[in-house]
Amino acid sequence: MGDPGTKDRLTLEELEASGSIRTGRKHILSILVENKPGVLTRVAGLFARRGFNIDTLSVGPTDDDHVSRITITLDGANHPIDQVTKQLHKLINVLKIRDLEPSETVARELALFKIAADGTQRAEIMQICEIFRGKVVDVTKRSIIIEITGTTEKVEAFERMVRPFGLVEMMRTGEIAIARGRGET
Amino acid sequence: MRAVEAVMECLKAEGVEVVFGLPGGANIPTYDALYDGGIRHILVRHEAGGGHAAEGYAKATGKVGVSLGTSGPGATNLVTPIMDAMMDSVPVVFITGQVKTELLGTDGFQEADVIGITMPAVKHSIMIQHPNEIPRALHEAFHIARTGRPGPVVVDIPTDLSRVDIPYEPITDVHLPGYQTFTEGNAKQIRQAAKALAAARRPVIYGGGGIINSNAAAEFTEFCRTDRFPVTCTLMGLGAYPAPDPQWLGMLGMHGTRAANYAMDEADLICCIGARFDDRITGKLSEFAPRAKFIHVDVDPAEISKNIPAHIPIVGDAKNVLVKLIAEYRALDTEAHRLDEWWQRIDGWQKQYPIEKSFTDSEDTEIKPQRLIQAVYEATGGDAIITSDVGQHQMWTAQHYPFKAPRQWINSGGLGTMGFGLPAAMGAAIGCPDKTVVCITGDGSFQMNTQELATCAQEGIPVKVIISNNGYLGMVRQWQELFWEKRYSNVDLGRFPDFVKLAEAYGCHGVRLTDKTTLVDDLKAAIATPGPVVVDVSVTREENTYPMISPGAAARDMVG
Repeated sequence: MGDPGTKDRLTLEELEASGSIRTGRKHILSILVENKPGVLTRVAGLFARRGFNIDTLSVGPTDDDHVSRITITLDGANHPIDQVTKQLHKLINVLKIRDLEPSETVARELALFKIAADGTQRAEIMQICEIFRGKVVDVTKRSIIIEITGTTEKVEAFERMVRPFGLVEMMRTGEIAIARGRGET
Repeated sequence: MRAVEAVMECLKAEGVEVVFGLPGGANIPTYDALYDGGIRHILVRHEAGGGHAAEGYAKATGKVGVSLGTSGPGATNLVTPIMDAMMDSVPVVFITGQVKTELLGTDGFQEADVIGITMPAVKHSIMIQHPNEIPRALHEAFHIARTGRPGPVVVDIPTDLSRVDIPYEPITDVHLPGYQTFTEGNAKQIRQAAKALAAARRPVIYGGGGIINSNAAAEFTEFCRTDRFPVTCTLMGLGAYPAPDPQWLGMLGMHGTRAANYAMDEADLICCIGARFDDRITGKLSEFAPRAKFIHVDVDPAEISKNIPAHIPIVGDAKNVLVKLIAEYRALDTEAHRLDEWWQRIDGWQKQYPIEKSFTDSEDTEIKPQRLIQAVYEATGGDAIITSDVGQHQMWTAQHYPFKAPRQWINSGGLGTMGFGLPAAMGAAIGCPDKTVVCITGDGSFQMNTQELATCAQEGIPVKVIISNNGYLGMVRQWQELFWEKRYSNVDLGRFPDFVKLAEAYGCHGVRLTDKTTLVDDLKAAIATPGPVVVDVSVTREENTYPMISPGAAARDMVG
C-alpha cells in the first residue's frame, strides 16, 4: 500500500508545504558520459522521475570519441538538485558530474533570430545587431536572420530589443559551459 | 561457438548452477543451448514467478539469481520482479530475448522496448548490439548486480545475434569507468562515530537489509554487544541480530514494537547501518527522533542524508565498517553504567507493551492470525526459512516469528509485491535444499502467483505454503476500517477458491485447519508431509495488525 492517508481532505496548501529544500539559484550541470545509445535517456529520465523540468540541454562530442558531454541547466528555485546529482552518479554510463559554480564558469549559447524586416527597418535592426556583436547570416526583402552568441542574459536582452520589429522565430542551443582557469571542467 | 553457448560458459564462469525461466520464440536459441548446457533450469509457469524465484534464491543464498524470459510479454512480465529487486537491493541478472535486429522498432511480433520500459527499475541494463559483446556484457552484468549496493541488471539479446558464431574467450576483467563502489568507510568518520556512541546516553542501533546483503550479521551482533546497545531492525533487516535477546527491541516502524519506536523517539543518538529511513520507518518525518543525532552507514552515497540529514555519514560496506567500528569502540574508555537509566526506561516499555500482548487470543477454537504465526514458529522450531507475501500476514510474521539468523526471512519490503511469497519460497528451497522452507501468505496474495504450485509439483520442490485465510484483502480492509469510515470497498474475497482442491489439482498435498487446539501438531504434520503442501488456515476475518503508527502520525502516537 502506498500512502492512502485518511478520508480527511488534503488542502492544496498542505500539498505545497510538503516540498523539499531548494538552493534558489540556477545550476549548470556538466556531465561526462560514455558515448553509447540510450545514455541521454537514462540521464533525462532521472530528472523526469523527480518531476524536474530541464531548462536547457546540450549534448556534444569531447576530445575522446568514447565520451560525450551533456550540459544541463535547471532552476534550483524550483527543484532540489542535490539528490538528483547523487542519483546521476549511480548511472553506470555517467563518468563525471560537475555542478558548476556560476562565478567560476564561462557559459555561452548560440541563438538564431528570424526577424520581419523590410527596407525601412533593416538599418535599425542591424545597428542593434552590431551593439550585441551579432552577425547577419541571411537577408531577404522581408526578413533578416541574425546570429548571436553569448550568455543567456545577453541572448534574452537581444530578444527583447528585436521582438517589437516582429520576431518570426527564434532558435537557441542552450548553454554550454567550461570552468575558468587551468583546471578541467 | 554460438553466442548462446558462450552465454552458458559465462553463466558457469559466474558460478551459476540454476536459472529460472520460460521459453518463447525470441529466446529459443538460449533454450537450445540450455538443453545440454550443464545448467539446471526450472521451468516456471509465468515469468513473474521465475523472476521472484530468482530473487528468493538470491536472498536465501547470497548468490546472484538468474531469470530468463522471451521478448515482448515475456519481458514485460518480468517488470515487477525487476522493480522488486531494485527496491530491495537483490542481485539478479535478467536475460531477455529480443526480436531480431531488423525488426527492432517496427512493432514486430512480441516486440517490447524492454530496455526503455525497465530503465527506471534497473541498476543497469545492456542492449546487445553485436554478438561479440555478449560475454563481456554478461560478466559486467553479474559484476554490477553483486557489488556495491546490489540490484537487478537486464541483458537484452536480439534473437539473430544469439545465433551467430563468436570467438569466445573467458573474460577475467571488467571495464566500467563510470562505476565505482565505496566499500571501506572513512577511518576518521568511523572514529567519530565510535566517540559519539561512547558519549551517548540514549543510543539506539538501527539495522537494515544492508547488513544481510553484506553478510555482516555476525559483525553487527558483535558490534551491538561491545556495549549494552539497544538494537532494532527494519523489516528487511530481521535476522541480522538473533532474536529474541535481552538487547533486542523488536522491529521498528509502522507495525514495529512500542519499545523500538519509543526508543527511537527518545534517543539522543541513532546509529543506522544499512537502512534508508524509509517512510514506513520514520512516520511523520518532521517529528521523527527529534532529539537524536544520526550516524548513517550505507554503501550507497545517494542514501546518505536523503530523508534525514546525517551528522556522521559513513559510506562503506556494512561488514568493513562494522569491523573497524568494533575496534575503534573497544579502544575507547566508556562509562560502565551510563546506559542503565536508558535501559530502565526501555525495560518499562518492554514490560508494558510486549508484542505477545498486541492481540487477544480467542476463547474458543477460532484461530487468530497472530496465534497462527506463533504456532508456525513452534512447529518449525524457529529454524525454517520463511518467505511471506504482502499485507497483514507479512507484518504478523515479522512481529511473531523471531528470526535467529540472516537470510532466514525473505519478503518483499520496498515494492510490497503481492504474489512474491510462493515463487520466492521455490527459489529459496532450490538454493537451500537442506532447509525447511515455509511460505506464509494470505488468500489475496497467494492467488497472484498460484500457478507456481505446478512448478513445485513437477520439480518436487517441497515448499510448505501456509495461507492465513481471512477472505479479505486484509490490510486494505484494516485501513478502510480505521481511516475511511469502515467503507469496505472491494476487499471481500469471499471463501474462493477452495485452496485444498486447488492444491490437489496442481498435484500438491492440501489440508485445511480450523481448530486452534490442535494447530501446532497439525502444522507439524503438514510440514513433515513430503513434497509441496498447501495448508489453508481459516483465521479470524476482521483482525487488525497492531501496534501501528497511523499515517502521518509520529512514533510516540502509536495506537493499538
